[in-house]
Amino acid sequence: MCLAIPGQIVELLPDGHLAIVEVSRIRRTINIDLLDAPPPAIGEWVLIHVGFAMSRISAERADEQLRLLAMLGEDAQAMEELDGYSFGQDGQDRQDGQDGENPSLAVLPIPAIPPVLPE
Amino acid sequence: MRFVDEFRDPRLIRQASDEVRRLADPSRHYRIMEVCGGHTHAIYRFALADLLPPNIELVHGPGCPVCVLPMGRIDEGLSLVDDHDAIFTTFGDVMRVPGRQGSPLERQARGADIRMVYSPLDALKLARERPGRHVVFFAIGFETTAPSTALTLRRARELGVDNFSVFSNHVTIIPAIRAILESPDMRLDAFIGPGHVSTVIGARPYAFIARDYRKPVVIAGFEPLDLLQAIVMILRQLRDGRADVENQYGRVVPWDGNLPALRVLADVFELRPYFEWRGLGFISQSALKPRSQYAQWDAEARFAMAGVQVTDPNAAQCGEVLKGVLKPHQCKLFGRECTPERPVGALMVSSEGACAAYYNYVHRRAEAVGEPA
Repeated sequence: MCLAIPGQIVELLPDGHLAIVEVSRIRRTINIDLLDAPPPAIGEWVLIHVGFAMSRISAERADEQLRLLAMLGEDAQAMEELDGYSFGQDGQDRQDGQDGENPSLAVLPIPAIPPVLPE
Repeated sequence: MRFVDEFRDPRLIRQASDEVRRLADPSRHYRIMEVCGGHTHAIYRFALADLLPPNIELVHGPGCPVCVLPMGRIDEGLSLVDDHDAIFTTFGDVMRVPGRQGSPLERQARGADIRMVYSPLDALKLARERPGRHVVFFAIGFETTAPSTALTLRRARELGVDNFSVFSNHVTIIPAIRAILESPDMRLDAFIGPGHVSTVIGARPYAFIARDYRKPVVIAGFEPLDLLQAIVMILRQLRDGRADVENQYGRVVPWDGNLPALRVLADVFELRPYFEWRGLGFISQSALKPRSQYAQWDAEARFAMAGVQVTDPNAAQCGEVLKGVLKPHQCKLFGRECTPERPVGALMVSSEGACAAYYNYVHRRAEAVGEPA
């Protein structure tokens, strides 16, 4: 609930409030009203909390967050959460036909945390 | 330092750990509070204490929403199912929090219409699909999740969804930190500021901690290196006699926070005069409730709820652990009556709770190698 899930914007929906994000082959609809204007661009990464994009991040930060979730052992839970958002789907169940497949995170390149050690 | 080589930047980790040892004055004992439950989880998961000298003590803070929620709120939320035939919706973390008549999950197993949702918008969607039933969303969380509830309330009002309401348990982190600073047994030297809450509120609200209480605050990310770097920054401030707000997590946390989120929070919510926190007692202006123009979607206003107070199970010492007076394993129930599988107290429920984190990463590991935990 308190750790953010990164997602890449793949489509902006016409109502202006919603966008489709993808992460590790899961696509889900999220709300983008809490982001500063202008609306996010296709391909941009965002951090998601409980169905809402809360901030824009670089692709490098997105990788870092995915790795962090894996390191904390919360990656499966994060994917389950993303997969569980239902508000973008009017009545019908799923759109990606991945039932039964346990989503997992791809192996990601290692981004660097900028060292702050030198005074 | 048995785990250093498993980290992704072992060289930097070692450097940071060496720097912590160099900076720590051996004649002093340092008590540093990590405010956020996500940090508590990371600290145990990565066995960070193994990378610190013994005179640096990390104290677990109040930043775990289900941990600080008094049991009476769970009971009161669930009463809407019994008294008003409402469908009760909430996040997964809340599902396992014990109430007087069982957790939401146990009530669900006994046939109550209780559903886990991943987003408040899912609860609103359910209400629109089930116009004949009232759907209540049991909202919980700090400033990380409160803007999402606020937007959901705004959406419910725009759409005129009459059969939906929010039972708000949203709390704000700053008054809790102030309460800790004001408590008579306060012995902290510095704070590691929360990561994701700060993406919403920014770094500014912590200024009073440095200015009025002369305690350093460093906002940190969640990786071992982030936390070690934050401790280095804190030790440098203490060595130099400074008290500043610094942002180690600047790559994600903007100094001013998230303005659209702060705007919708201010528009939809107002501060309650006071709110009860487990372990910390009543703290004034520390929680959020919907403003009067949202009264129709505010479960407490709509159903005229009384506000029950329920004391925690006597034997569980959640409050003491939350205040940092006891370590998790010093509670009488820890690891015996109270486990993550069968939690008695809320700190054993969430992965961000100090007891669950301690149990999963210290207790289990010690058991596995046959050491006493």
